[in-house]
Amino acid sequence: MVTDTHSGHRSDFFREVIADTPGGEQLVHCLQCGSCGGSCPNGADMQYTPRAIFAMINANRRAEVLSANTMWCCVSCYFCTTRCPQQIPITEIMYALKRRAIAEGYAKDTDAPALAKTFTGFVEDYGRSFEFGLASRYYFFNKPLSMFKLVPMGLSMLSRGRMHLRPNRIRQVDQLRAIINKAREIGGTP
Amino acid sequence: MKYAYYPGCSLESGSAAYDVSVRAVSAALGIELEELDDWNCCGATEYFTQHELVANSVIARNLALCRKDQQQLVAPCAACYLNLKKTDHLMAEHPEMRRRVNEALAAGGLHYDPGRVRVRHLLDLIYTDIGEAALRAKAVRSLKGLRVAPYYGCQVVRPLNGFDNPEYPMKMDEMFTWLGAEVVDYPVKAHCCGGHMTQITEDAAFELIRRLLDSAVEYEADLILCMCPMCQLNLDAYQARVSSHFNKNFQMPIIFFTQLLGVALGLDFEQVGIGKEIVAAGPIIQARLAAQTAGATA
Repeated sequence: MVTDTHSGHRSDFFREVIADTPGGEQLVHCLQCGSCGGSCPNGADMQYTPRAIFAMINANRRAEVLSANTMWCCVSCYFCTTRCPQQIPITEIMYALKRRAIAEGYAKDTDAPALAKTFTGFVEDYGRSFEFGLASRYYFFNKPLSMFKLVPMGLSMLSRGRMHLRPNRIRQVDQLRAIINKAREIGGTP
Repeated sequence: MKYAYYPGCSLESGSAAYDVSVRAVSAALGIELEELDDWNCCGATEYFTQHELVANSVIARNLALCRKDQQQLVAPCAACYLNLKKTDHLMAEHPEMRRRVNEALAAGGLHYDPGRVRVRHLLDLIYTDIGEAALRAKAVRSLKGLRVAPYYGCQVVRPLNGFDNPEYPMKMDEMFTWLGAEVVDYPVKAHCCGGHMTQITEDAAFELIRRLLDSAVEYEADLILCMCPMCQLNLDAYQARVSSHFNKNFQMPIIFFTQLLGVALGLDFEQVGIGKEIVAAGPIIQARLAAQTAGATA
């Protein structure tokens, strides 16, 4: 008997996820064993564990997957990836789902996209990340009420010379921007 | 021994103690670090969340900037280390990715062939290239009596590490055993610190931080040794808030492994940035070292 492992027999969304993820073809080998969810430090907070998400992807439940909190619970610790008996790049699939969810407007209940955007905005301005700018801009626009809780910590960091109030800038920031713009223009996922 | 050095953004500000101690320890061990000229931020996890090709192209610029004679690039930060390694790996494994990244790099007049640069973590470099005999020979101060909890975190040991066990890493444990410290074998040494969750969903991150601190306390560690700026920041700077959140009274000093290694090599606290941490590590190290002398004279 021939086992069905060909993506041609899978749902459209399944093939899309594979195309979005380098090494994503491995997903056809998922055994539904649940090692991923069991290994995850935030598994208990997920609406669906990665195992369940993979079954839902297979069942073409696109909107439910992309609006789930699963990928937003992922902190890229790679325990699932290391432990998966089928070598599925689970953390990379979580990144692919984050990208799709942001691109299609599903990521509404998390501040993660705002943090990511603020972070990379500074990288594009200066070539380096800028912790003070990141913290102040991100909290001001996304969590203004939490700002006061950060003041004692900020002062401790400042008094120990661990918080610079001005960013460092690379010399060839134009070169970096040209590379970034070109990458955006090429677009797509490999 | 000569290596190109990629400090990463955190080492320029929040984790300056890591940078200072990396440079001081390297000089003491005869490791010659040459900072990569005009390196840019690796993007941490934040570009991968938005755009796969931009993420890899931003990282690849750094690999492409390595001169022909810079064949090994050392990154002490876990996120930088993983990203540099990951892009090199993805470009090697996926020809289409290699083509696209190079098309993007070409817009900046750059090109990178995967495999040209070997990305190393400083722990691997000291453990492997310097090794036990040289380290023992150069250590002038024994760390005897000091109970240390080596904390590896995630992104150095998983998923692309080739030098240590991804579940139960041992290289830092071994290194500090050579230096005379009592190494605490606690079960969470490669668990997650919460990463950027401290800035997104505090409750989730605080629980992960609590598990680490509780375990180190339970195993009677004097301090935790980190090898990642994010881990150090979460465990140190958020410690007071985690304490009040769980009604605990944590007083666990969190420093970088290079800082304590520097102490063993005879460097002053100031030379290795001890004192920049929020929960002070100086007093307990001082006390344990002083107890050795008292023990010797008694």
